[in-house]
Amino acid sequence: MRIEFKTLLAGLLLVFAIQFSAQAQSFDSAAEGLLAKSYKDKIQAVEIIAATGDARSAPLLEALLAGDLFTRKSDKLLVIGNKASGGYDIVNALTGEALGSVKKREVRKIRINNKMRGLIKGLLGGLTLLNDDPNLRLKAADAVFKSRPAEMRTPIEQALATETDPTVTKALERTLAALKLTHAQSSEEQLAAVEMLEGMADPQVKSLLSAEGRKLQAIKDPTDAELQLALAVDAALAKIDEKLAFLNIIENIFQGVSLGSVLLLAAIGLAITFGVMGVINMAHGEMVMIGAYTTYMVQQLFLNFAPDMMNFSLLVAIPAAFLVSGACGIGIERSIIRFLYGRPLETLLATWGLSLILQQFVRTIFGPTNKEVSSPDWLSGTWEVTGGLALTYNRIGIILFAAAVLILLMLVLRKTAFGLQMRAVTQNRQMAASMGIRTGWVDAMTFGLGSGVAGMAGVALSQIDNVSPNLGQAYIIDSFMVVVFGGVGNLWGTLVGALSLGITNKFLEPYTGAVLAKILVLVVIILFIQKRPRGLFALKGRAVEN
Amino acid sequence: MLGLRKVAGLVAGAAMMATSALGLGAAQAADDVIKVGVLHSLSGTMAISETTLKDAVLMMVDDLNKNGGLLGKKVEAVVVDPASDWPLFAEKARELIEVEKVDVVFGCWTSVSRKSVLPVFEELNSMLFYPVQYEGEESSRNVFYTGAAPNQQAIPAVEYLMSEEGGNVKRWVLAGTDYVYPRTTNKILEAFLKSKGVADEDIMISYTPFGHSDWQTIVSDIKKFGSEGKKTAVVSTINGDANVPFYKELGNQGIEASDIPVVAFSVGEEELAGLDTGPLVGHLAAWNYFMSVEDENNDTFIKKWHAFIGDEDRVTNDPMEATYIGFKMWEQAVKQAGTTDIDAVRQAMYGQEVKNLTGGTAVMNSNHHLSKPVLIGEIQDDGQIETVWSTDGVVKGDAWSDFIPESAKLTADWTYPFVCGGCEKAMY
Amino acid sequence: MDLMKNTQQGPFLSLMTGLPGGGKTFLGILLAAALLVPVLNIFVPESSSLHVPTYLVSLFGKYLCFALLALSVDLIWGYCGILSLGHGAFFALGGYAMGMYLMRQIGDRGVYGNPELPDFMVFLNWTELPWYWYGFDMFPFALLMVVLVPGILAFVFGWFAFRARVTGVYLSIITQAMTYALLLAFFRNDMGFGGNNGLTDFKDILGFDLQADGTRLGLFVASILALALGYLISSFITQSKLGRVLIAIRDAESRTRFSGYRVEYYKLFVFVVSAVLAGIAGALYVPQVGIINPSEFSPANSIEVVIWVAVGGRGTLWGAVLGAVLVNWGKSYFTGAFPDAWLYLLGGLFVFTTLFLPKGIVGTSGIWIEKFKNLRQSDPPLAPRSPVVKED
Repeated sequence: MRIEFKTLLAGLLLVFAIQFSAQAQSFDSAAEGLLAKSYKDKIQAVEIIAATGDARSAPLLEALLAGDLFTRKSDKLLVIGNKASGGYDIVNALTGEALGSVKKREVRKIRINNKMRGLIKGLLGGLTLLNDDPNLRLKAADAVFKSRPAEMRTPIEQALATETDPTVTKALERTLAALKLTHAQSSEEQLAAVEMLEGMADPQVKSLLSAEGRKLQAIKDPTDAELQLALAVDAALAKIDEKLAFLNIIENIFQGVSLGSVLLLAAIGLAITFGVMGVINMAHGEMVMIGAYTTYMVQQLFLNFAPDMMNFSLLVAIPAAFLVSGACGIGIERSIIRFLYGRPLETLLATWGLSLILQQFVRTIFGPTNKEVSSPDWLSGTWEVTGGLALTYNRIGIILFAAAVLILLMLVLRKTAFGLQMRAVTQNRQMAASMGIRTGWVDAMTFGLGSGVAGMAGVALSQIDNVSPNLGQAYIIDSFMVVVFGGVGNLWGTLVGALSLGITNKFLEPYTGAVLAKILVLVVIILFIQKRPRGLFALKGRAVEN
Repeated sequence: MLGLRKVAGLVAGAAMMATSALGLGAAQAADDVIKVGVLHSLSGTMAISETTLKDAVLMMVDDLNKNGGLLGKKVEAVVVDPASDWPLFAEKARELIEVEKVDVVFGCWTSVSRKSVLPVFEELNSMLFYPVQYEGEESSRNVFYTGAAPNQQAIPAVEYLMSEEGGNVKRWVLAGTDYVYPRTTNKILEAFLKSKGVADEDIMISYTPFGHSDWQTIVSDIKKFGSEGKKTAVVSTINGDANVPFYKELGNQGIEASDIPVVAFSVGEEELAGLDTGPLVGHLAAWNYFMSVEDENNDTFIKKWHAFIGDEDRVTNDPMEATYIGFKMWEQAVKQAGTTDIDAVRQAMYGQEVKNLTGGTAVMNSNHHLSKPVLIGEIQDDGQIETVWSTDGVVKGDAWSDFIPESAKLTADWTYPFVCGGCEKAMY
Repeated sequence: MDLMKNTQQGPFLSLMTGLPGGGKTFLGILLAAALLVPVLNIFVPESSSLHVPTYLVSLFGKYLCFALLALSVDLIWGYCGILSLGHGAFFALGGYAMGMYLMRQIGDRGVYGNPELPDFMVFLNWTELPWYWYGFDMFPFALLMVVLVPGILAFVFGWFAFRARVTGVYLSIITQAMTYALLLAFFRNDMGFGGNNGLTDFKDILGFDLQADGTRLGLFVASILALALGYLISSFITQSKLGRVLIAIRDAESRTRFSGYRVEYYKLFVFVVSAVLAGIAGALYVPQVGIINPSEFSPANSIEVVIWVAVGGRGTLWGAVLGAVLVNWGKSYFTGAFPDAWLYLLGGLFVFTTLFLPKGIVGTSGIWIEKFKNLRQSDPPLAPRSPVVKED
């Protein structure tokens, strides 16, 4: 009995050992397979690696996906490299042994293509379905939904059983339904899956169902079950289309509002320098550009001194851009604009010259090429409101930011002493001066405020557009249109002007294309000005005439 | 055939050498510099792309002078700024040729700038090296096109995406900026796709203005177009500036390369330098050169570039390679001809070979276009583009596309007996 | 050319008598240039320092077109207070009309050899000529269009804008909107105007080869004559009673209206004349530079024109001409001599002019000459600040 147990144990151990070494061997040889030239062979290798279930497979595939897997040229050794100055710190990919650092050209990256990338994501998805981070679980569920390997069905079912997060549950349900539909075990199951998917209208589900529908239609002599399924798919598609059409309108409005807020941001500084002060500030766009470059500089500082805090660089950039652009504005006002009050058309010429100088200045300092301003994590990605309606965080951010800037500006103008003085100087300079207001100082500060706000707009624009010396030029005309359309000297007008132009543009665009939409909007502005020569919200009274 | 042309070129070159040796070139021998004109915008909208090429030419000139100059003379670069203003391009070209008396000009980026200077170069019989991928449909006696023609970029890229490896794409979005290069390329691609059996409803074409910055609608349209259950890809001929907001929107709307890959013909390392490429990994680009290509010549070139520009972070790109190849070819042709005389150098250009920076050899054909390899790469998170596919050998640039019926008839060949940039029959 | 001169003889003489002294000198210089430049270009050998190379001829031909454009802007801005930030549009439309004629003249010499369709239409799959291209194969029709198209656009635009009493900055901005809309429209390849590339590859005009030196000289002389004619028309308008009303409108629009003048008609008239002049300038510009494309519509170009006028001197006709030639010459020179720094110089010039020469070169130098004269006569000094043109 005791002997028997011993031999049994030994036997078991032996079996384990053999299995283990076989597994190890197949893992090692599969990993070697990654060195193959053709992507077909590499894909095979990846599949084998995942199938071995070896503990090393997940980190290996992750490194491969991230582009961190290399082969050392000297001995064709598979290594994982981490970026270090001038090259990489490498470790043996199979043993984890650290191998010191190498130069860039001493190793060759193991290349993957889109097909492999999708496959690896799906496979890794299986491995992260039970991860602690719900975001990773969500990503995993989506990755599996996209690649839909049959063998993932059981893991998905298991994950679904233990899942607590509602969003992830929904994603898992979607994935499971997709798997049931594509790798059917019975026609009832397929029908149920279609019904399930029908409720989750989004483009990806639509894509899946259309593909299924097409497959079904291609069958020459369909069985009853197949016919039934085809009908169900059609019905589901119709329903989804209906829902998507409705969501489309909401999306359109959102896009319009978001374009409107971009216009508002770009124009609101001008509403002060041009609207309130009467300076035709052609260098306004350059103030925006300076704001964007300030964002870039702040980000560089963070990159060099506090790389962990990168996500907050944008928050620091907002006041920084305000200050830098504002200071530039004050400088411009004191050195040039103040000599030109009462001659608005000449401010146009001087500020135009100034804008040329500023553009070239930035070009000289930063070079003519685009600068990279990355988005913080909290402004990346989309917010899935429901399936089929995804709003991007950066657009939401810009809308909120524009609203915040507008409200702040209103408060400054209405509730602060400076705002009061500013309005006084605008309305009657002499009277204000005789009441003891330092009109020169107020002028400088007002111009600085307008420029500073333009700089803050630059921070927002750096998130969606090029950071280049030409940035400002792209927005200057639109800004003037908005201010004039809304009515000079009225912030509400600027708001309404920006939003109505943005929304009109976005509603026209699907029918007319981007260019015609813009042309039509311009024509509308021209005609509108004929009807209301002083814009939407015109100032009334004698002051207007002069 | 090629050999024959080469011989013809050599004979012509030798003849020129003889005449100059006899003292007929006295006027030229008097000045001891060879002038190279640089006609790239340094301000305005195109400065973003073109300034780099100006620096590339300056670097090449610098390099040449360090190695003893050309024909025993110093080479001098004459830089002017046409300021992204197309008529100004023509004026500056005339100034370079007539006033500065340059021996060759490297310049232009946009098609319209090339079209603007073309009559000037033809009238004054000077020589322009044009280093940017373009729409084809042209072959001037006075221009050497060292960028890619559509058959060296667009068609291979689409073929790749149609292949098993590229993802079996069945549905196509052709998105471009509304100008002649995207229009022509898309026209060629449409004809090509249809010849491969792609149905009309599986092709979506959209055009946007220059510098388009609000891509929300188009990107969501692409998303919708891609939800019809067939593998969809976007072929982008979107021009320079508009790309950054386009890719930012793609990234934000979560279109990943594994869902809907975007293959671009105008996006290189330089454009990517202004972007956080993290969300763009896997989107494609088709060029004849990538900075990431491992090659000895490329390494040397990059090292020289960094030293010249004084910034280790600057990237190199395809038009820079095209400038490099063009400059090297001109240098060799001048050496071969023994003079900078335009006609002699032109004869010497045909069949001229230069090691390109991706391994292999670029050859100048008698249609003034290069034979170059085509590379397709995927964008990486460090802003580089890694080759995932390349042609086996070189592809000869076609001046006239076979997919446009009117142009398929035409041949460009500047050697005997054709001697024509676009004829149906030989001239002689 | 002879024909043109003859028909201009009558009003020309009668006008000369009414011209101010500066104007006569200016016309004299123009005519002398029209005679001398061809002689110096053709008959003086290239080695001579007096030789005018063809390069300079076409360069100055271009400046003269810009000068006419500046003149047209000065006519409405300097004398009527209408600041148009979209005058480039009229210039470009005139240019396009001429470009369409030149395009049709290419005939079957295009790369695809299609006798009817321009090359860009052939490769964009157009099968027939769009209706708006009809008639442009005839030079007189094209000339008519050069005048009519900008004229009609200006009339329609002005009719609405002036009747609605859109003034000042609002007018400036909507003229800018107009040129911007046209820019975008002409960029579209579907419009049938060659998209971004515009119209190029011109071969000849009225049978004369555009590349030939003789043609260039002819165009140069034609530009001079057009400028002289434009100058005469403008000074005729500004010297007449009509001109007085215009100045009254500039300085006090409401008061003029209350005095019983139909302000909008005066404005409309001068706006249309100005647009036609701009169109003619564009038509002469295109054959000389060899290309017309939508960038001519860009608002920046129109702003630049205003700056030429300001630099030269607003409200003095020959100041506008001087400004246009000076600024453009500066641009040509600086972009070659200081390719990296020319924008500083140009931008600096604009700032300097507005700050220190508020009335432009001509106006300010006039004031200095006055001051100098006054000093010599030991009169009491003038008021410390020169009166500036008042804006509305």
